[in-house]
Amino acid sequence: MDARGSSKTSSVAFEDTARTIVSSEHLRAATAADTVAGIQPQWIVEPGSEQELAKVLKLANEAGLAVIPRGGGTKLAWGNPPQRADVILSTARLNAVLEYAWSDLTVTVEAGRTMKQLQETLAAHGQRLALDPLWPSRATVGGVLSTNDSGVLRLRFGSLRDLIIGVTLALPDGTLAKSGGKVVKNVAGYDLPKLATGALGTLGVISSATFRLHPLPQDARTLSCLARDAHDAQRLLLAVQSSKLAHSALQVRFLETKQTQMDVLFEATQAGLTAQVEQLKAILAPSAVIDPGPAVWNARQELYSAAKDNESSSALAKLSVLPAQLAETYNTLAAIAANRVRFQAVVQASGIGFVYLEAAPAEIGSTLQSLRAKLEALGGSLMIAHCPSVIPSLDAWGNPGDALQLMRAVKSQFDPKSTLNPGRFVGGI
Amino acid sequence: MDARIVQELRAIVGPRGLITAREELQTYECDALTNFRVLPLGVLLPESSSQVQAIVRVCHRERVPFVARGSGTGLSGGALPVENGVVISLTRMNRILEIDLPNARVVAEPGVINLDITERVLPQEYFYAPDPSSQSVCSIGGNVAENSGGAHCLKYGFTTTHVLGLEVVLPDGTLVHLGGKALDAPGYDLTGVFVGSEGTLGIATKVILRIVKRPECVHTLLAAFPSTNEAGAAVSGIIAAGMLPAAIEMMDKLAIQAAEAAVHANYPDCGALLLVELDGPFAEVQYLMTHVNEICRSNGAWEIRVAQSDVERALVWKGRKAAFAAMGRISPNYIVQDGVIPRTALPQVMTEIDRLSKEAGVRVANVFHAGDGNLHPLVLYDRRIAGQEAAAEALSYKILEICIAAGGSITGEHGVGEDKKRAMSKMFSEPDLDTMQRVRCAFDPLQLSNPTKLFPTPRLCGEKPGKYVAHPLEAAGIAERF
Repeated sequence: MDARGSSKTSSVAFEDTARTIVSSEHLRAATAADTVAGIQPQWIVEPGSEQELAKVLKLANEAGLAVIPRGGGTKLAWGNPPQRADVILSTARLNAVLEYAWSDLTVTVEAGRTMKQLQETLAAHGQRLALDPLWPSRATVGGVLSTNDSGVLRLRFGSLRDLIIGVTLALPDGTLAKSGGKVVKNVAGYDLPKLATGALGTLGVISSATFRLHPLPQDARTLSCLARDAHDAQRLLLAVQSSKLAHSALQVRFLETKQTQMDVLFEATQAGLTAQVEQLKAILAPSAVIDPGPAVWNARQELYSAAKDNESSSALAKLSVLPAQLAETYNTLAAIAANRVRFQAVVQASGIGFVYLEAAPAEIGSTLQSLRAKLEALGGSLMIAHCPSVIPSLDAWGNPGDALQLMRAVKSQFDPKSTLNPGRFVGGI
Repeated sequence: MDARIVQELRAIVGPRGLITAREELQTYECDALTNFRVLPLGVLLPESSSQVQAIVRVCHRERVPFVARGSGTGLSGGALPVENGVVISLTRMNRILEIDLPNARVVAEPGVINLDITERVLPQEYFYAPDPSSQSVCSIGGNVAENSGGAHCLKYGFTTTHVLGLEVVLPDGTLVHLGGKALDAPGYDLTGVFVGSEGTLGIATKVILRIVKRPECVHTLLAAFPSTNEAGAAVSGIIAAGMLPAAIEMMDKLAIQAAEAAVHANYPDCGALLLVELDGPFAEVQYLMTHVNEICRSNGAWEIRVAQSDVERALVWKGRKAAFAAMGRISPNYIVQDGVIPRTALPQVMTEIDRLSKEAGVRVANVFHAGDGNLHPLVLYDRRIAGQEAAAEALSYKILEICIAAGGSITGEHGVGEDKKRAMSKMFSEPDLDTMQRVRCAFDPLQLSNPTKLFPTPRLCGEKPGKYVAHPLEAAGIAERF
C-alpha cells in the first residue's frame, strides 16, 4: 500500500485517531472504485468542517501517509500517477455557500460544492461565476480550481486566476490559512489564491474560496461560419479578435465528420446583439453566417468525455499556443497524425486547444510526444489529461522550464514531506 | 560600503551606472510617500538583465540587501531604501522589446513608462488597460511590484490580469522565466504570485503584457446627488441592473470643492458627484447609458451630463483626476488613504468616517472608485497646529480598521510597503501571514530583496499611515494621481 513502508502501527493509529476527528461513519475503507491511476488507497475520509479537514491532513502527514484530495473525482486522472496514495481526503461534506453577498457580486463557497449547485444559487440573483468548466454537475469548486479548468468564457472573463479573490487552504502541518479576501480589489499580501489555482492540490487542500461574480447576460446568440482549412479558420478568428466586437467566446471546431467551423458567442442586451450580429456578418463576408444553437459550446466536453469513455485507445490533450499559431499547430498535428491516428480538435481564440486522439497506444504516445516537442519549440505547451495507462514515460505536463527549482522550493515550504499528491505535478512534484 | 564591493559593482554597471555621492543619493531616499526616508549605500542603474543578475549575485554573496525601484511614484514606501542596502533603479531598462499585435502581446523592460505602451499601440487601436493615475510617469516594473490598479480596473482588471509572463532575477541571482506569451504554462502560477509581491521576491527584468482592443465607443456620465448616500444607492442600482461599467467614480462635497478650486472643472456644486463610464459596442452603450441615466434620476440626481467626445470626456475626468493634488487648495497638509470595503457597506462606512472626523476635529475629503469599493479618503490637517498631525495619522489608521471591520482590505492599489505593515496583522492572522512568508522563504531565504517591507515584524510596531507630501514630479505639474 505504502511504497515507503510506513509501519502498520502508524496506519492503525491514523485510522483510530481519524475516526475520532470525523466520527466513524465518515471514514471508510477505499474500494477498487477509488483507485488513482492504478494505485489503491486505503481510506476515504470525509471531514465535515475545515478544522476537521486540517486535522486529518496533519494526522496523515505526521503518519507519513500520502493524501489524495478529491472533490467530484471527475478529473482525478489528470496529472502523473501518484507515487503513493493512502488517504483520499474527500470534500464531499464541505459543500456550503458560506457567504453570498450578491449585491457586492462576491460569493464564498466551500470546496466540495458542485459547480452546478453553485451556479444555481447564483442564478437566483441573476448572477453567475463566469466560468464553464467540464462536467459541472459533478465537478466541485475545489477540483475545478486545483485543475485550473476553464472553458470558452475565459476569452472575455479570464480564467480562474482572474475570478478567484480569496482562498482558505489547509496545509499538511495542520495550518489553516486565508489569503486574498472578500473584496475584488485588494493588494494586501501575496496572492495565494493564484498559487493554489492549478496546483493540483500539491501545496494544500482548498477548503473554501471566494470569487467575483458577473451578472447573467440579458440575452445571448451563437453564430457560426465555415472555414476552408486551418489557415482560413485562423484568418477568420483573428479578424474577429482584432475587431471591436465584444464577444464572450470564440472557437474553431475541427471535427472529423464535419467541415471546419468557427463559432462566436455574443452576450449582451437585445439592442447590442442585433448591432453586433450585423457587424460580424460584415467582417466575415463573403462567408455565410449561420445560427447553430448553443450546443456547439459543448464541443470541448464532448472530446473529454469521449476520451474518458475509451480509455484504452484514446487520449485527450490540452494545448496552449499563441492565437496566431493555431493554423500551424493544427497542420503540424495533422502531419504527425497522418493516417495512423484519428483526431479531432477544438481550439479557442485564447490559444488554448483540446485534441482528442484515437489509435493504438504506441501511436498515441509518439504523436503526443512529437506534438509536444513542436509546441514547446513554439513557446507553447501540451498537457495530457487522459491517455491509455499502458503508455510508459509520457509525462502529463511537459517541460516546466527554468523555474522548476523554484517550484520545488515552494513545494518544500508548503509540503516538505510530499504528503499531498506525491509525484503528480510537474517535474516530479 | 566596502570599497572592494563598490569596485566590483562599478565594474558591472560602469562609472555612470553607480551613484555613491551623498547629494545624489538623496534623490532616492524615499518614494512618493515622503515621510519615510533612508539613505541607501549606493544606487545602481543597470542597463540589461545580465547586469541586474551580476549585481544581485554580488549582493547575495556579500549579504547586501537591495531594493528595486522604478519611477518612485509608489505611495506605500515600497521603494524606500533599507538600512545598509543598495537601490537598483531600473529606469535605464526602458525598451519595448516586442509588439505582437495579432496575439495582442507586448514585451517590455521594467523601466518602460506605463502610458508609453498605450501610446505605441494606439495607432492600431489597442491599449494597455491598467491605468494608475501616475501612468504618465510610473513604470511597468513598479506596476508589477504593486499590482497597480486604476479607475478602469472594475471592468478590465488589475496589472495581474494583464501580465502573462516575467523574466525575473531571483534574490540569489538566478534568472528564471515565469509564465510566457502563451497561457497556462505548466507548473505553479508563479507569475500570479510575483505580481503584487512588492519587490520582496526578486526583480522583474522583462514583462510580457496583454494589450486590449479599444472599444467602439466610450460614454461618460456625470451626475450630481444631494449626498453620498443617494450616489451610493445609484451605484447599487447600476450593479443590480446587471451592468459592468468601465469605471464608476464618486467624489464628496469637500473633494468637489477642492477640485473646483484647483482646475475649474465646472462641476455642479453638490453633495456627491458620480462619474459613470460605459464602453463597448455603440448600440449596447447607448442603450445602457439611458438606463444609467434613469437609475441616477430615480435616486435623486438633479443634474446629469453625458460626455460622448474625447474632449467632453477629458473635461468630465479633469476634476476627478486632479482631486488628490487639489487638496493643497483647501488644506496645507493631507494624508492619502487607500482602503477597500464591500461596496454595499458604503453608507455605514461613510457615516463612521464622518463621525470620527468630527470627533477628531480633522476634515476628511472622500474620493472613491465606487464600483469596486476602493476608498481614497484624504485626511486634511495643518501641521503647524499642535496635535493635528498626530490626530490626522490616528484617524487615517482608524479608517483602515473600519475597512477591515466591514470585511474589506487595508489596500486596494497602493500596496502595504513600509506604510501598512502593522495593519497587515489586523487583516490577517499569524498562520495566514506565516503561510505567505513560506513563499518568501522559497524565493528569498536570506531575505535580501526589499526586506523589512510588507510583513509586520515584532520589532517594528510603530509605523503609521504616512502624511501626504507631493511627489516632486507631481509638484512640478508633470504627474497627477487619483
